[in-house]
Amino acid sequence: MTAAVETETGSTTTVSAEAAVRLTKVTKTFRDGGAPVLEGIDLSVAPGEFVCLLGASGCGKSTLLNLIADLDKPSGGTVDVPSGRAALMFQESALFPWLSAGANIDLALRLRGRSGKRERRTEAERLLDLVRLRGAYDKRPHQLSGGMRQRVALARALAQDSKVLLMDEPFAALDAITRDVLHEELIRLWETTGLAVVFVTHNVREAVRLGQRVVLLSSRPGRVAHEWHVDIPQPRRVEDKAVADLSVEITDHLRQEISRHGR
Amino acid sequence: MAAETAAGAGTAEAAEAAAATEPAGTAESTGTTGPAGPADALATVEAGLDALDATTEHEVSRLIRILRSAYPPVLAIALILAIWQALYLAKIWPDWKLPGPSEVFTSLKETFSGGDAWTAVGHSVEHGAVGFAASLVIGTPLGLLVGRFKPVRAGVGPILSGLQSLPSVAWVPPALMFFGPQPSMLYAVVLLGAVPSIAVGVVSGLDQVPPLYLRVGRNLGARGLSSVRHVLLPAALPGYLAGLRQGWAFAWRSLLAAEIIVQSAQLGHSLGFLLKNAQDSNDMAGAFAAIVLILAVGVTVNQVLFVPLERRVLKARGLI
Repeated sequence: MTAAVETETGSTTTVSAEAAVRLTKVTKTFRDGGAPVLEGIDLSVAPGEFVCLLGASGCGKSTLLNLIADLDKPSGGTVDVPSGRAALMFQESALFPWLSAGANIDLALRLRGRSGKRERRTEAERLLDLVRLRGAYDKRPHQLSGGMRQRVALARALAQDSKVLLMDEPFAALDAITRDVLHEELIRLWETTGLAVVFVTHNVREAVRLGQRVVLLSSRPGRVAHEWHVDIPQPRRVEDKAVADLSVEITDHLRQEISRHGR
Repeated sequence: MAAETAAGAGTAEAAEAAAATEPAGTAESTGTTGPAGPADALATVEAGLDALDATTEHEVSRLIRILRSAYPPVLAIALILAIWQALYLAKIWPDWKLPGPSEVFTSLKETFSGGDAWTAVGHSVEHGAVGFAASLVIGTPLGLLVGRFKPVRAGVGPILSGLQSLPSVAWVPPALMFFGPQPSMLYAVVLLGAVPSIAVGVVSGLDQVPPLYLRVGRNLGARGLSSVRHVLLPAALPGYLAGLRQGWAFAWRSLLAAEIIVQSAQLGHSLGFLLKNAQDSNDMAGAFAAIVLILAVGVTVNQVLFVPLERRVLKARGLI
């Protein structure tokens, strides 16, 4: 029995009309005439879908997120986020250190055009409560642990009220047990909010633990090499046998991808 | 049992932190979402992690902090005075060349009792403060322009660094010829000394802003002026404050150079005047007394104004 349905890329990309993110033949080159970092990426994320992007170094995972987040423009192809701006979360919490946890969230609300100081305060408190950091409004980022900072960053991303959440290895710098807890937290929030999530990681198990779909990118240039639909029901655990089995399979593919560069 | 050891080691802090983060309240809040069982378990684990990870800050009382930071310099000053006294007693130089600490102290006392010291300090501080404030108003936008716009930077940047290395005393003769022996001449010299320094401080503050913050700001929706206001300026603040501190040092130095060289009725008694006056009457103790006053003003402004300001900003960001 396999828990996952493997699909060859290209054959299954039925472009749905109301995708949350749609990339069509996206190419990115940084220097004129230089080697492309991303080449011919076709990827579509449905509303409310949780997709994990997986790849070794140099596959352009972060570049891809920057393109979706509109922090960079593709050299070719189109990037479409019909709902508008996508919220982006980084590996480091990237909270502004000159603002308290609550003020970081407040700024996101403000830049989104929310007026009314008191309303924003209530909303920020609600979001902190959602990531279970009630009472942390006035804490400075440096007074919080890495895991707590990432939860504040998550609350700040939720404050942007976009339909798409992009996450760039958000838990890579955390210790294993904190990461495990945050995986559970993220799934809980994803289930409550109905956001589409694009989660970039180089950790295969993490990808299988979280994603409904795992997309493997090749390196130099980054292309969609393979994708898997993960049918293991949530709540999953990293330790689950089904997760482990699929991880082994994906890791083998990833190793093959990497080996191509060693020859 | 590594986990238990770790938990055991941090018990005291953990208990404190747990009280601070209200784990009970956090646990209750989960009742609204999903089934109680697993959600509660997750909330409890999370609260536990938070409590174990929380850092406790040891707040030292202000008085103890001041005493702690005061005694090394006091000790150093005592040492210098001791060496000075020893040299004086050794009579290597005649005492009109090297007066003893007590003579300088007496001279200082006389200057104060005659009221000259207060007038001089008052005039110099006034000129310094006005000149510094003007430098701030000019140097800050100039630094922003140079830091933000590449062509301006390419053109004006090297001139600013050049001006910074030019001894500001060089501006005294042209300023005197242009303005005459008026306060405006002092201000011109102070501005030429302090503006480049403040502007360079702003530029380096801007350069130190992590690009990550700008990207986060853009993703949150900050563009153009709102990005400058909400991200760039606060992120550049520590570098800016360091620039201001240096700017004050330059302003004070430039001012004293001008005051020592130029004396006039319009400029009145100043610290520079005291020093020059001592030289004219071959009064070495008086010259030392004036230098002590000049130093005292510079150090006081630094310690009372800039050090606490910088400390507050850095502490709020967890940088000290």
